[in-house]
Amino acid sequence: MAPPPRLVGKRVLRNEDARLLTGRALFVDDVRLEGMLHVAFLRSEHAHARLKRIDVSAARRRPGVVAVYTAADLGDYWRPGPLLVPPPPIPGLEFHACTQVPLVKDKSRHVGEPIAMVVAESRYVAEDALADITLDVEPLAAVVDLEAALSRGAPLVHEQLKSNRAAHVIQKKGDYDAARAAAHKVITRRFLYDRGISAAIENRAVAARWDARAEELTVWDTTQAPIPIRNGLAAMLGLLESQVRVIAPFVGGGFGPKIMMFYPEEVLVPWAAMRLGRPVKWTEDRRENFTATTQERGQVHDAELAVAKDGKILGVKDVFLHDSGAYDSYGLTVPINSQCTLLGPYDVPNYYTEFTAVFTNKTLVTPVRGAGRQHGVFVMERLLDFAARALGLDRLEIRRRNYLPPGAFPFNNEIIFQDSAPLVYDSGDYAPALEDAARMIGYEKFVREEQPRLRVAGRHVGVGVVSYIEGTGIGPYEGARVTIEPSGRVRVATGVGTQGQGHFTAFAQIVADVLDVPVEGVHVVTGDTREFNWGTGTFASRGAVVAGTACHAAAVAVRDKIVAVATRVLNQPPEKLELAGGRVTVKGAKDDGISYGALATRANPLRGAVKPGTEPGLEATAYYGPDRGSTASGVHAMIVEVDPETAMVEIQRYVVVHDCGKLINPMIVEGQIQGGVAHGIGNAFYEQLVYDDTGQLQNASFMDYLLPTATDVPRVEIAHRETPSPLNPIGLKGVGEAGCIPTGAAFAQAVEDALADFGVEITEIPLSPDKLFDLLKKTRPKKRNVVVLEGSFVFAGPRAAVWDLLQDPAVLGTALPGAMRLERTGDGHYDGLMKVGIGPVTAAEFSVRITLRDREPPARYGMIVEGKGSFGFTRGTAQVALADHKSGTEMTYRAEVQVGGTIAGVGQRLLDSVARRMTKQGLEALNKALAARL
Amino acid sequence: MKPAPFEYHRPGTVEEALAVLARHSGDAKPLAGGQSLIPAMNFRLARPAVLVDLNRIPALAGIRGSADGLRIGAMTRQRAVERDATVARDAPLVAEALPHIAHPQIRTRGTVGGSLAHADPAAELPAVMVALDATFDLVGPRGRRSIAATEFYTGLFTTALAPDELLVEIAIPRPAPRSGSAFVEVARRHGDYALAGVAAVVALDDAGRCRAARIALLSVGDGPVLARKAAQAITGESLTAEAIKGAADAAASQDIDPPGDIHASAAYRRQLVGVLVRRALQRACERARSH
Ligand SMILES: Cc1cc2nc3c(=O)[nH]c(=O)nc-3n(C[C@H](O)[C@H](O)[C@H](O)COP(=O)(O)OP(=O)(O)OC[C@H]3O[C@@H](n4cnc5c(N)ncnc54)[C@H](O)[C@@H]3O)c2cc1C
Repeated sequence: MAPPPRLVGKRVLRNEDARLLTGRALFVDDVRLEGMLHVAFLRSEHAHARLKRIDVSAARRRPGVVAVYTAADLGDYWRPGPLLVPPPPIPGLEFHACTQVPLVKDKSRHVGEPIAMVVAESRYVAEDALADITLDVEPLAAVVDLEAALSRGAPLVHEQLKSNRAAHVIQKKGDYDAARAAAHKVITRRFLYDRGISAAIENRAVAARWDARAEELTVWDTTQAPIPIRNGLAAMLGLLESQVRVIAPFVGGGFGPKIMMFYPEEVLVPWAAMRLGRPVKWTEDRRENFTATTQERGQVHDAELAVAKDGKILGVKDVFLHDSGAYDSYGLTVPINSQCTLLGPYDVPNYYTEFTAVFTNKTLVTPVRGAGRQHGVFVMERLLDFAARALGLDRLEIRRRNYLPPGAFPFNNEIIFQDSAPLVYDSGDYAPALEDAARMIGYEKFVREEQPRLRVAGRHVGVGVVSYIEGTGIGPYEGARVTIEPSGRVRVATGVGTQGQGHFTAFAQIVADVLDVPVEGVHVVTGDTREFNWGTGTFASRGAVVAGTACHAAAVAVRDKIVAVATRVLNQPPEKLELAGGRVTVKGAKDDGISYGALATRANPLRGAVKPGTEPGLEATAYYGPDRGSTASGVHAMIVEVDPETAMVEIQRYVVVHDCGKLINPMIVEGQIQGGVAHGIGNAFYEQLVYDDTGQLQNASFMDYLLPTATDVPRVEIAHRETPSPLNPIGLKGVGEAGCIPTGAAFAQAVEDALADFGVEITEIPLSPDKLFDLLKKTRPKKRNVVVLEGSFVFAGPRAAVWDLLQDPAVLGTALPGAMRLERTGDGHYDGLMKVGIGPVTAAEFSVRITLRDREPPARYGMIVEGKGSFGFTRGTAQVALADHKSGTEMTYRAEVQVGGTIAGVGQRLLDSVARRMTKQGLEALNKALAARL
Repeated sequence: MKPAPFEYHRPGTVEEALAVLARHSGDAKPLAGGQSLIPAMNFRLARPAVLVDLNRIPALAGIRGSADGLRIGAMTRQRAVERDATVARDAPLVAEALPHIAHPQIRTRGTVGGSLAHADPAAELPAVMVALDATFDLVGPRGRRSIAATEFYTGLFTTALAPDELLVEIAIPRPAPRSGSAFVEVARRHGDYALAGVAAVVALDDAGRCRAARIALLSVGDGPVLARKAAQAITGESLTAEAIKGAADAAASQDIDPPGDIHASAAYRRQLVGVLVRRALQRACERARSH
């Protein structure tokens, strides 16, 4: 029998922090080995383009470059990556697996996809050499918008498929149509939830060393799942699993994208190290991270809620599109989670949910903290808000009326979850959490007194309260080995990796409790395949539940061994022994006893024998593999103030009442929640990946991709409820993702409430002040992702002269800033070279091509201007019309300008101004040329 | 994100710096705090062949108060200016604007001259200097010249600085009697480049009417924008709420032709300018009245 918990449930300071805070922890980029080589990747600047030819010979000749590899150089090693999660067993399911490739062979499918790998003596030289590589690419129309992707005639991301449909899945329970027919009201809305990045503080990194004498490959990798990566690499490289050691040392945040992608870089760096016989390292820079690391999901939902007059939910229907990105290596985990989690803590008797996953020319989508759950929660919570308003019900009341009662558990929600089985809620108690949150945020007083009072004073404050559930702690399994060393110190090894979750403390607390030793005396090792051979990884809010329970089981087994050895050594029956403070004593004779360390020595006999059926040492390995996960839940409440004049939002208070079963360490749990809420606030108001119609990411740096900072995220007020899970001995449920799941829904409700006077309805996340401005002004939102130039210009000359002027390359050349030459290469075709720079951007050469088309002299024509240079490319399309004017000829124009490459990612703030300035200068130059002619 | 190769010089005097710049005419860039130049180099957007590091030229840094006003050396760190008591007294607009620039770490490296020479249209200091009618001293192989801030900014990221010239000092005139100033901006997060911002200076006559006003806007044009129509609208007027609103409307509708980007459409920027000019003028007037 294990003693009652002493440390589990306590705010124990973290064992690992001394190392982390004093800079002594090892991260992959800290790995520096003699003779180490460095890598840079040439990445696609186009979202969709055919690669016709690649010439790396000049790069290979550059001093300091050791090797340059293209897809052709990989030979048999070039293989599409594994399908990581096979689709779940759902009748009628359609799924097309198209997994990512190590290097582009024939066509690139998203910006940032690697095309060539340069290995050099330094990263500087490797990056210099990228400019030596010449490519011949044919840009293809990009698939960006989800609905357009499915339309007839859309360009195909994967030509072997007939459409861009990656998957189609229908799940149902009950009979939604019947529920709808019986409904008092049906609430129907379209909801958008756009993409973001995970933005871990540490980017990805891989270092590898092949020891030819030991025939061993060591790979340091920022992965969340070192064991699957070890197994996969061994298979790909034709090595024994035991010849490959994968170490995931300290990792600065995982959040999902680091799970086990077999990213191109992850499979190429070890291969290069073996081939070259020298250690090789690649550290992703932030710029690469924006396009090469997997992203969060974009979804478009058309949803309905059928409600009875009293607010009871009769049924929900949700049909949605899910953006898979260019490849779907992670299967359907994310949209399946959305489907399943939508139901939340509510009793929804009838449900119809259908999604189509779509291939697009964007970076891959894989689970990121929340992994699609927040989309379901957003849809459901928003529908409930709209229903409450339609029925004249209080927002809290409609939730109260629909919660599953405490007696409902275990409750099968009948919808398949990410572990391929219907989600069964193990335990829960939802209504009290809502009451706690309402009390903490002061809901009643706020809506009855404060809000009306402030509104009279012209201030717009609002409150949001939402609830959710989260399936956590899924299988298959994890393991742990607990060893007591002769020093008396305890060592715990487990197969999961760690990215800051506090495993070194939480697991130590569990083991220290079972063995009754000080928590500092328990040394935890994670993420090294040499230390533990079996396991899956840290994701899906499963580390504490699954690995934590395995640690518990192993510790219990070691405790039994301690008792067995002590029984023999002390010559006392087990029931007379007491274990405390790292010693075994005999009841009633406290001074007679022996330390665990001494017992460990005795358990490892130097003479004599280990009897058959027994083992040496105080050591045990145990595994835990739950059939199904445990279901956590919570309520989030926030108060915001909106300035309707500036459309800025301030979050004033944030309350979380959270139930993740038995708490191992409330301090660590609160850290997870605070961080998760910050992530959620980012999703709600700050972070959005903006792609243009050509698939270029327009905010590929932290200058334009806005992470909420410490001053934007309030200190979260947290209360815990503990409804233990019946599925594991401690009663644990997961918490890693919880904080970010309902945040968007709470934010939307609160902002909408603050702006009740304006009748604003929020159905889209992330929101931004700019979008809020459109909502407030009821203006149709503009496309934010293209630069449009519209205007007119009066030339001082007759129309025919102006027309001629506009066809003359010599004159057109003067209209291009920095033009070095421009030649007519055919009727209406001009090729040239220009040198442009602006402010901080050093002038660089651009090749330009101008094509005139649809010419109707002297009235109108269309023009395409394409430019290509070292920082990217640009394409402008313009329609130009000429008309007589009292002082000459008036030209009216409308142009759209798109850019790619570095300027697209980091220059977007200035694009509009630059385009306008160039247009203005060009037109003035033309007018001057006209004057000279006339 | 590693810069392209470059040559590095670290002169100890302005003369030496000018000599290096002249020798590499056009290919050399002065390096001040590096907070704008180095990121651009890491993206390989800026590829100067030669860097002339100004950080070891003591003569370029410092703040001096005099009867005519304040003189700030180009290499004075933004953080030093922010914390300076003379600046707070003689140029409160500068002190009020500085905390909006980035974050303390960046202001500790970033210099006043670097920000002014960089000429980012969204930067605070250029607009502040235009509102204060400051003068910039430039030196080059052809000697020293002074130029008004308003003339210094010639276009998007372009200034009157020749490639072989250095900005060495900024002169800010003493505040007029019965004058007040205010700086307001809206940024997505504290420290971000503003979506729009306003630096305003108002001087009152004995009757409490507006004797003179200078209103400069940021992030709504190619560079700092002097809102002349707005200033005209209130000059000579009693500073009532309506008069201020009239000036704000003039700023939003006549003084600007703002660009749009993913963070703010042109229409949203216009709205912000209207609101912010109103708020800035209200605050500046209150301060002028209390003097
Ligand atoms: C994260 C971040 C956020 C920021 N946010 C803001 C913000 O909100 N508002 C804002 O205004 N700025 C912001 N900045 C920019 C910051 O203020 C810079 O410090 C400033 O723009 C440049 O100053 P510097 O001294 O670093 O100049 P540098 O980067 O060294 O130089 C900038 C340019 O000026 C030239 N130059 C520098 N000194 C001279 C001189 N004496 N004579 C001639 N030419 C010279 C250089 O050659 C270079 O072209 C931010 C920067 C960062 C990194």
